Amino acid sequence: MEALTALVVGLLVAASVYLMLARNFMRFLFGLILLSNAANLVIFASGRMTKGAPALVPYGADTPAGVVGNALPQALVLTAIVIGFGLLAFTLALAFETYRRLRTMDTDKMRVAEPKDADEDMK
Amino acid sequence: MNSIIFTAGARILVALLFVFSLFMLLRGHHLPGGGFIGGLLGAVAFIVYSLACGPAEAKSALRVSPEGIAIVGLGIALVAGLVSFLFGDPFFTGQWYWVGGDSYETSLFSLNTVLVFDIGVYLVVLGSILSLAYAFEEET
Amino acid sequence: MTSWLLVMPIAVPFATAVLAYLMRRAPSGRWISLTGSVLSLVASIALLIAVLNEGVIAAQMSNWDAPFGITLVADYLGVVMVVITAITGLATAVYALGEIPERIEHLGYHALFQTLIAGVTGAFLTGDLFNLYVWFEVMLISSFGLLVLGGTREQLDAGIKYVALNLVSTIIFLSGIGLLYGVTGTLNMADLREAVANAEDQTLITVIAMMFMVGFGVKAGVFPLFFWLPASYHTPTFAVSAVFAGLLTKVGVYAMMRMFTLVFVGDVGFTHEILIWVSLLTMLTGVLGAAAQTDFRKILSFHIISQIGYMTLGLALYTPLALMGGVFYLVHHIIVKANLFLVSGVANKLAGSTDLRRIGGLYKSSPFLAALFIVPAFSLAGFPPLSGFWAKYLIVKAAIELDAWFVAFIALFVGLLTIFSMTKIWGMAFWKPHPDGIDPVPERVPAKIRVPMMLPIIGLAIMTVVIGFFPEPFVQFAETAATQLLDPSDYVTTVLGAQR
Repeated sequence: MEALTALVVGLLVAASVYLMLARNFMRFLFGLILLSNAANLVIFASGRMTKGAPALVPYGADTPAGVVGNALPQALVLTAIVIGFGLLAFTLALAFETYRRLRTMDTDKMRVAEPKDADEDMK
Repeated sequence: MNSIIFTAGARILVALLFVFSLFMLLRGHHLPGGGFIGGLLGAVAFIVYSLACGPAEAKSALRVSPEGIAIVGLGIALVAGLVSFLFGDPFFTGQWYWVGGDSYETSLFSLNTVLVFDIGVYLVVLGSILSLAYAFEEET
Repeated sequence: MTSWLLVMPIAVPFATAVLAYLMRRAPSGRWISLTGSVLSLVASIALLIAVLNEGVIAAQMSNWDAPFGITLVADYLGVVMVVITAITGLATAVYALGEIPERIEHLGYHALFQTLIAGVTGAFLTGDLFNLYVWFEVMLISSFGLLVLGGTREQLDAGIKYVALNLVSTIIFLSGIGLLYGVTGTLNMADLREAVANAEDQTLITVIAMMFMVGFGVKAGVFPLFFWLPASYHTPTFAVSAVFAGLLTKVGVYAMMRMFTLVFVGDVGFTHEILIWVSLLTMLTGVLGAAAQTDFRKILSFHIISQIGYMTLGLALYTPLALMGGVFYLVHHIIVKANLFLVSGVANKLAGSTDLRRIGGLYKSSPFLAALFIVPAFSLAGFPPLSGFWAKYLIVKAAIELDAWFVAFIALFVGLLTIFSMTKIWGMAFWKPHPDGIDPVPERVPAKIRVPMMLPIIGLAIMTVVIGFFPEPFVQFAETAATQLLDPSDYVTTVLGAQR
């Protein structure tokens, strides 16, 4: 199971690097989403994949009965997913607003904030 | 979207979703559920409503700005953490008061800061998801 | 009680953010923000006093014992960063009274600003790696908001670059955390020290260490990961760019200092050697980049990068003297760089632009501002007897003691080039007459705006001078901080043994 997860992480990272090399910002953003999912999978796998019940303590007991999954990485992944979701949604909103104002998604053409004559030097 | 079936069904669906979100929030500490998932469900309810009846009506149904809800939630969560100062415990230590007993088994219900924190989380999630959703709706 | 001393510097800005947001349309909103900043400073000074009296202090949140719960911990380095954050926060909050227009206040400027301060403070105080990630995100999301608040075309353009590169660094940092947890099974930084030292696969540990170096390196803006910084720091309002310039990159440097003295010390010969070369290249590219620019804030942005090199160099040389220099540099640089950005804001108000070719005559019409520019500018370049001189002196001396003559030479050479940039700003903004024939006298700006903008500049300049003339206590403080960094046994025992 770990080997399969490692393969999936590798595939996700490869795909995300390919996407992030594109000039179009939307492709970059999709690459970022894949990369953040790869990172989440890494955390999840780092808690070891065991076949076990959910880490819930039965009624009236102090410790869970039998083998349970490691709950900490799951909590970490949940936090990371939530934070990642918030940031990526914000970035999408920012990208949308930028497209509306600058009329481009091509990162090479996003040079509004650069000094004017530096642009002319390049031409 | 102007499907009559959806618009008519949405009203019932929204109410059900919203009640379910509150149910999830309240059962959260001892059973699966909690403020986060409840907040998500609540946000879904409002998004369904705005799909059915248009964003303008959904906003007027919400009455306050979603950012305001989120920030008030943050304040409530912070207060839940600060309460433990009164009892001489470290920050965010859960404070429990059992009504009609002295433990989970014997009491009818409990008043606790954990639920207050969860309500804060519920509002933060509800508010921030809705503010993002509205940000996209306005632009399209 | 210790628990509350550690919590207050984080809780106060959060509470202020909530109140300031609710009152954002009322004129009282900005005064709430200012009061909050004052209270934060009080809280952090109380923490400083506690640390001075008791040494390292730690507390477990929610009463969960370390290494399972989240620990807040303050040693000398952590607490001095908290205090300096509160000082910078107060200075920019006063400045914002003059600079920030009502339109931007209504969008929630003060709430975002206070959240940023809370995030930065949290990052300095936490003793848990995953919690550090969370504070990074709090900091990041509020800085995104502040950067694009107002929504001009320049800001959106800069925002895209800032957001994209910072998100990549965050994800690398997060993957590093995941792998480290997989190897050691703990994320408490004090607990990690032993767990990492005992790990079987030290090669994997070194790989993870490099992931952390890249992740923090992007935040700190070191070579070759700094491109987002000069592309974005010149676009937001001046109060925002001052607080960014002062604090945000320093969080990256702080995190690097913490991790590479506390946790990743197994292979110092490899990791810190890389860091030496990275630091030297950072110093050189930063200062050379600045030489090519003609915008006030762009020059200053490139200088942030070059100065970051000195701080990481202090860490990279890894001797008590070098680390002491690094800590001293960190504190000195926050004050000086924030102040320079504040000065650029006043120059913009008076002369109408930050493009150095289109302004001038500030010395003739506003000699007081010119004097206030000279103090941080010369301190940045390392002129005695200002604070920057002592910072550079410690680092260069540490390099010479290691017989690293090349390193010492580069450090001095970069100092020389810094003077060149500062004299360029001086010559173009202050000395030459205004190209449009405008006389930029301070009276052009109403006193209601001018006074709150000048006060923090004066205050920070006084601090620079005081540190310069009486460096003794500050150097001693930095020495203790460096000793604690090199021998973190106090830190580890306090965290793992801390109850309540």
